[in-house]
Amino acid sequence: MAITRDEVLHVARLARLELTDEEVGRFTEQLSAILEAVAKVSELDLSGVEPTAHPLDLANVWAEDEPRPSLTVDEALANAPDRQDGFFRVPPA
Amino acid sequence: MIDTLRLTAEEAFRLVERGEVSTAELHAAYLAAIAERDDELHAYLRTVDDPQGIPIAFKDLVSTRGVETTAGSRILAGYKPVFDATVATRCRESGMSLLGKTNMDEFAMGSSTENSGFGPTKNPWDPERVPGGSSGGSAAAVAGGLAPWALGSDTGGSVKQPASLCGIVGLRPTYGTVSRYGIVAFASSLDQIGPMTKTVRDNALLYRAIAGRDPMDSTTVELPEAVQVPDALDLKGLRVGVPKELNEAEGIEPGVNEAADRTIELCRELGAEVGETSLPRSVEFGLACYYLVAPAEASSNLARYDGVRYGLRVEGADVREMYEKTRDAGFGDEPKRRIMLGAYALSAGYYDAYYGQAQKVRTVIAQEHAAAFESFDVLVSPTSPTVAFRLGEKAENPLAMYLSDVLTIPSNMAGLPGLSIPCGLSEGLPVGFQLIGPQFSENVLFRTGHALERAIGFDVVPGRLR
Repeated sequence: MAITRDEVLHVARLARLELTDEEVGRFTEQLSAILEAVAKVSELDLSGVEPTAHPLDLANVWAEDEPRPSLTVDEALANAPDRQDGFFRVPPA
Repeated sequence: MIDTLRLTAEEAFRLVERGEVSTAELHAAYLAAIAERDDELHAYLRTVDDPQGIPIAFKDLVSTRGVETTAGSRILAGYKPVFDATVATRCRESGMSLLGKTNMDEFAMGSSTENSGFGPTKNPWDPERVPGGSSGGSAAAVAGGLAPWALGSDTGGSVKQPASLCGIVGLRPTYGTVSRYGIVAFASSLDQIGPMTKTVRDNALLYRAIAGRDPMDSTTVELPEAVQVPDALDLKGLRVGVPKELNEAEGIEPGVNEAADRTIELCRELGAEVGETSLPRSVEFGLACYYLVAPAEASSNLARYDGVRYGLRVEGADVREMYEKTRDAGFGDEPKRRIMLGAYALSAGYYDAYYGQAQKVRTVIAQEHAAAFESFDVLVSPTSPTVAFRLGEKAENPLAMYLSDVLTIPSNMAGLPGLSIPCGLSEGLPVGFQLIGPQFSENVLFRTGHALERAIGFDVVPGRLR
């Protein structure tokens, strides 16, 4: 296995995913197969090659700092599962 | 009588201009076709009543103010954006109005539309087969006469591949030419919105409407030249390159190869110079590169679905439990796989070996393509290694599904535009022909695609619906 059950649980925790036992088993198997396939990138010697983060050669796109209308509080909260007094409401941290 | 199976958007505009048909009659005709055929096809997640312009369908990741937008995910069920995506605004400003929102693989992750949280879409050519994906709903809507045209999105091939499997025309534009403002994000350095149409001319018209710099998306740029709607019928002076690896890749069906070879021969007959070229590392390492870069970006983009601001919430004792229960209940398997894959590839100890290395492979892919374009104007290959496959055939094997995009991914990694046009049938199902150009070469792709389309004379109406 390219990835262990414990590593899957660790990554799921990092990604805030609560997985069922059945999911952990299935994903361990599937992610192992996928990781073995993508590890192919390590076959190439790429020392000296610059990484590409973005396909266009753009840098420092500037814009005037001009105020413009934005969402109202009601619009911003329109899709919130829970709200109170103009804020998003969440369970205790 | 409006024949929605054959009517192009260009003809629809002409009929409306001449006063022969009203936009309300057009909408009524498409809604009637949807009522008749979409129970079977399930191309749409919902339709709307807005008969002000020429009808258009949007993939359900285009934000539409006041109209539910789910990206095919249960985690966004019920979400009604409070603003319009720039492409939606531009379509309206060009005389179009929304007909409906189309089905898709959840968060655009998939190649068959079977990963939708709302059930799969069927291929209009054969409802036992997939329409491709992730823009399968848009492709099926256009091919099935349920929309004159549609918008899809393409990250690894999600416009080109379903266009190929449904026998329509699909453009993945040069990265940065179409605004992503208001598009539900998957992998931001790859996502592009693209037109899906019955003809190359319609494709150019729709691209012209949506392309260009948008101050709301700082990764967009002005087009270096205006979009030209093509009318030339020959390919004189065009240099067509046939990358060996893209045309001889393992898994390409013989019938697909035959149709593509015939089309390459047709390029010659139409006056193009045709020669062989090579993209060895792009094809061999493209898929692995994509499945590191795209999940890494997805794991970051999908962090926003936390049950706080929009979409689903599953209650928990504290906020962390609420996050975890919400995300487990709301995401389907494919987003979960990719989020975890991305988080793993980015994590300490693995970053250099996986994500860092993939970013360097991306540079190599861009360089190989640039070298090929020193000798050729257009590179060609099949779009998909196979015709439409059966529902369920690859559902249990994520890696087999990923291979559906092996021919579209390499050029996507380099930010290059690609056009898929139908070039014939294999086993009674459409085969797509992929044209790849340098960045900002859409006009060349349209010209080439149009000349080939006229010479091929492909009938876009699925055989069983004629």
